[in-house]
Amino acid sequence: MTAGTANWSFTQDDFTAITESMRRFLGETKSLCALLVDRSGQLVTTVGDSPGLDATAFATLTAADYSANDQLAKLVGENDFSSLFHQGEKESIYVADIARRLLLVVIFDSRTTVGLVRLRMKDEIEELTLLIDRVFSRGRNGAAPAEHLLKGADDEIDKLFNW
Amino acid sequence: MINYASREINCKIVYYGPGLGGKTTNLEHVYGKVKPETRGKLISLATETERTLFFDFLPVDLGTIRGFKTRFHLYTVPGQVYYNASRKLILKNVDGIVFVGDSQAERMEANLESMQNLYDNMSEYGYDLTQMPFVIQYNKRDLPNAAPIDDLQASLNPGWEVEDPIKQRVQPDPYHAGQNLVEQLGGGEWIERAPYFEAIAVQGDGVFDTLKAVSKLVLKALA
Repeated sequence: MTAGTANWSFTQDDFTAITESMRRFLGETKSLCALLVDRSGQLVTTVGDSPGLDATAFATLTAADYSANDQLAKLVGENDFSSLFHQGEKESIYVADIARRLLLVVIFDSRTTVGLVRLRMKDEIEELTLLIDRVFSRGRNGAAPAEHLLKGADDEIDKLFNW
Repeated sequence: MINYASREINCKIVYYGPGLGGKTTNLEHVYGKVKPETRGKLISLATETERTLFFDFLPVDLGTIRGFKTRFHLYTVPGQVYYNASRKLILKNVDGIVFVGDSQAERMEANLESMQNLYDNMSEYGYDLTQMPFVIQYNKRDLPNAAPIDDLQASLNPGWEVEDPIKQRVQPDPYHAGQNLVEQLGGGEWIERAPYFEAIAVQGDGVFDTLKAVSKLVLKALA
């Protein structure tokens, strides 16, 4: 049986590089928090302050929101809307596509402006795209450790469902 | 997706099937039964009449394996035919599928239409349903107008041809004694069927059996 359709993995090094880049971006833009979400709705990582935020649900809804908007773009003859902006009374959200695989979601308040977030976002997208491309190119070369993690774990998997 | 930093294995499972078949009920039962610390919120994007508009979503942790938390993201799709655009979006990057069929004889047409729609949507993404973790649940077994299992199986799970010689060997169905998931027919061809389960989702019967089976297949696909 083949593995799932979205089989990819990233290492501690990838994770460190990605979160460092996102932290720097948060500092520069004075945003509250940033999440990296894969297009299927799974949370990759989150940085910054997000008290009370249900990051798992947030990630899923963001991916669905973005996918729905992607389809809306096609209906009006656009390839995609490369970013989304939701303005709130106190806090706002900016969502941008990274390498057609991930989404960068930034939550910010009145301590900054959408202009600054958008301006810095361009560089951040480029930086994250390079890092993410590295993850996926390694996966394609078959060197990703994901393929070995559960190798020979059939018995352990059986035990896991022994309830 | 395997996250080595947070030591999590994340998998996406989608409950598919005709409208009013019990997909949301499956998730509601899981939500109600698992320990609160092992699940997240049940998110429902539904209409005012509680019909699923976009999806329902429930994250559950099913335990730890090799030091990695196994986190399953359960989704349902809207069953109504006219919601195909949103239904297709939910299938993106899916790891495992549960088809929730409605056992009532008069819903056979709707079941078939939904199954065909599932195959079509999957193939549009380039996914092959016959090569993926896939189980079928026949729900509403308690209703007086429920069709016999053999009829449902013949219509919705007739099997697909096994072409790979390595896989051409009898594989017993671990969930039904005396039945096989892979077998050779009288004409000599080998076929494989998806595992199936009977359920009464409103009472919770068969809900966890189905979830366990598909989750296990998803993890074994990684093994």
